[in-house]
Amino acid sequence: MSNDLATFKSGIKMGMRDAAPFILVVAPFGLLFGVIGTEAGLNLLETMTMTVLVIAGAAQFTAVALWEENAPTVVVLLTALAVNLRMAMYSAALVKHLRGTPRALRFFVGYSMVDQNFALLDAKAAATPDSTWQFRFGYFHGAFFVMSPFWYSFTYIGAVFGGQIPPEYAIDFALPITFLALIGPMLRTVPHYVAAFCSVVFALLLNSVPYGLGLLMAAVLAIICASATEVWLERRGQ
Amino acid sequence: MIANPDIWPIIIGLGIGTYLIRLSFFGIIGDRPIPLWFERALKYVGVAILPGLIAPWVLWPDATNGEPDPARLAAAFVALAVGLLTRNVLWAILAGFGTLYLFIFVVV
Repeated sequence: MSNDLATFKSGIKMGMRDAAPFILVVAPFGLLFGVIGTEAGLNLLETMTMTVLVIAGAAQFTAVALWEENAPTVVVLLTALAVNLRMAMYSAALVKHLRGTPRALRFFVGYSMVDQNFALLDAKAAATPDSTWQFRFGYFHGAFFVMSPFWYSFTYIGAVFGGQIPPEYAIDFALPITFLALIGPMLRTVPHYVAAFCSVVFALLLNSVPYGLGLLMAAVLAIICASATEVWLERRGQ
Repeated sequence: MIANPDIWPIIIGLGIGTYLIRLSFFGIIGDRPIPLWFERALKYVGVAILPGLIAPWVLWPDATNGEPDPARLAAAFVALAVGLLTRNVLWAILAGFGTLYLFIFVVV
């Protein structure tokens, strides 16, 4: 038992060390959310509650943007949650990576999973196939603990000082720049490019569909196009 | 000024929904095979939404009353290109802002 605790602790330590460089990404991203939330008209309590409760940057940006455009609550939620669906993929991978984790501890992962600590654990599990769930669970959460305080505190700083940025700094465009910066690294294969291209074309064509539903329809069509491309490429390759 | 709908249902709904997504397979569904079409859809869902979300803002920004704006178009192009080349979100954001301010404060 004490041995298990020691592996857990060594996992925490190693996770904290490996995730430390990500602070450089998480802090400015949090700052930006604070600024954009304030610009969109959220007060400090609303911005901070969202950031602490959700801790998923891209979905938060999406929700705030659609809310600002007066999309109905249901559409805002569906679209923002769809952005988070990638984490269901992570969740499926954790079934294998964290096999043996007791049920009670699993509920923490509903909060503590972010892109960075998943990527770290995914790599760690591949590199150390014999490591125990105690070590891996510690590693995953060590990485989370070292990043999350920066996400919260920099959102706070952005929310407090964001309102003082003068209009000529075009802070309205921070959101598109952020999303474009996120999209670049996502484009890994031909079907990913197809998805992005179809998403833009269909979203512009369906721009006038009421209730912000055009974007969701465009997303479904883009997913179908990308999946079809993947199937076609696989068949051609055989 | 148009009143936006209440933000609290969005905050709470997004919090609960995101929690359930994170927990989905690991904490609720467990080790069951995922249908192939669903696995594919999950893979592409992010890249199927974000580009469509921002396309109208890039082409027709509210800040310029919907007129295409060279500074914003250039910033958008650079942010995407740097993200593609470096695979680094932070560099892409910095390059995008750099281009935007270069156009706003230097070129014009």
